[in-house]
Amino acid sequence: MSTKPKEHVFTKNLDHALLSVYNGYKFFIRFFKEAFKGRMEFQELVKQCYAIGYKSLLLIGMTGFITGMVFTKQSRPSLAEFGATSWLPSLVSIAIVRALAALVTALISAGKVGSSIGAELGSMRVTEQIDAMEVSAINPFKFLVVTRVLASTITIPLLMFYCTLVGLLGAFLNVYLNEGTSGVAFVEKAFEQITFLDLGTSVAKAVAYGFTIGMVGCYQGYNATKGTEGVGKAANTSVVLSMFLIFIEEVIIVQVSNYFRG
Amino acid sequence: MQENTNQEDPIISIRDVYKSFGDLHVLNGVDLDVYRGENVVVLGRSGTGKSVLIKIIVGLLQQDKGSVNVLGNEVSDLQGKELNELRRKIGFSFQNSALYDSMTVRENLEFPLVRNVANLSKAEVKDQVESVLESVGLSQTINQVPSQLSGGQRKRIGIARTLILQPEIMLYDEPTAGLDPITCIEINELINEVKEKYHTSAIIITHDLTCARQTGDRLAMLLDGKFAMTGTFEEVFASDEERVKSFYDYNFIQ
Repeated sequence: MSTKPKEHVFTKNLDHALLSVYNGYKFFIRFFKEAFKGRMEFQELVKQCYAIGYKSLLLIGMTGFITGMVFTKQSRPSLAEFGATSWLPSLVSIAIVRALAALVTALISAGKVGSSIGAELGSMRVTEQIDAMEVSAINPFKFLVVTRVLASTITIPLLMFYCTLVGLLGAFLNVYLNEGTSGVAFVEKAFEQITFLDLGTSVAKAVAYGFTIGMVGCYQGYNATKGTEGVGKAANTSVVLSMFLIFIEEVIIVQVSNYFRG
Repeated sequence: MQENTNQEDPIISIRDVYKSFGDLHVLNGVDLDVYRGENVVVLGRSGTGKSVLIKIIVGLLQQDKGSVNVLGNEVSDLQGKELNELRRKIGFSFQNSALYDSMTVRENLEFPLVRNVANLSKAEVKDQVESVLESVGLSQTINQVPSQLSGGQRKRIGIARTLILQPEIMLYDEPTAGLDPITCIEINELINEVKEKYHTSAIIITHDLTCARQTGDRLAMLLDGKFAMTGTFEEVFASDEERVKSFYDYNFIQ
């Protein structure tokens, strides 16, 4: 009597999840192999930096400005109870530099950039444009994936700096309108408590978030299947998974930076 | 039609090729030779593995078993640079053209050229792009993007994009699918012009018997995962096999 071969090692879903992790790992390793091999597609890299960075300026700017302003407004009553509203610039700048700017930039970018990369590469996959590159003896991974991951890794830290500045501007406007604090006094107070470690941690976070958003979007799009449904799924999963990983990275990086803070 | 072919010089030699996707057995021992200078039309029902076969030839898919030899190279043994070297000699025209939709027609044609041919000046790139566009009769579309082109124009640009690397072999996947009869005839003529002008050998995957008759030196009918019959158009359709007859009857409304 013949026995039917076992279809799954564990359960269907667990097998699928483990296989996805393994494929993601292979994709991650392949990125580093391809990134340092052969000719860099500089023109495409610049084009992607423009698409990811420049075209996100307005959205990131508005979100950062509103975040800075609202956070200041919401923090005032608590400080006012102790008569400590003069600490508002310090409090807000610590919040923006240490956490808010990087997180706001990353979450907005995960939605805008991650979904766009996932959908673009997904539709290229299902319409055989990626296969067309391959049969023309062109490395689609180098052209599509390496450039997009590098572009998001480079531009998201820059967007984070921009978000920090605009967020502080929003906070200053609120403080100026309510407490009449001058610009010089605000800047002095705001940067009093900011250390090099704070700035370094923010940059490290933004680099990690940018890399994650690019990598997840590219992985989902590059491996899309099942036609238009697959494209939608690639875009959706890019956003959800990027956001999930960003929060995990946030926890890890904060723990590590606190260790150095002593 | 076969007077220009060299029967002693198979440039594609497929032996006993098997390919399955899970439980679905698509190719069950396929054998085929394509000789230099001939156009071979592969006919068969949808889902019988015709496109799978040409994707194996170009190394996009790998067979489970068997041998695929192209221009003296065993395709499954090739990787990296060697595989790319072979791919430069093969033009692949996709069923849906697969034009890069974020690029203009000019950029679509320049894309493979500048990445595969070293040290070309801008003027040389421009000349080659314009020349190949002229040979498919679409010079006026050079600054358009794919979404502005008709189905037939997209097919032609897809063919032009493969011709720019001057391939020895052309693989056409359903070149006339979804096109009106007049455009189909134009595409068939283009396939024959490509053969004459660029001295290519080709495999043409199609359901369209008019295309098969106009472009094929030889036909191969894929039934049950293997080639049930090969020969000229007349030889294949002289068969009493019911499925071959219904193929003919549907196409020629009998």
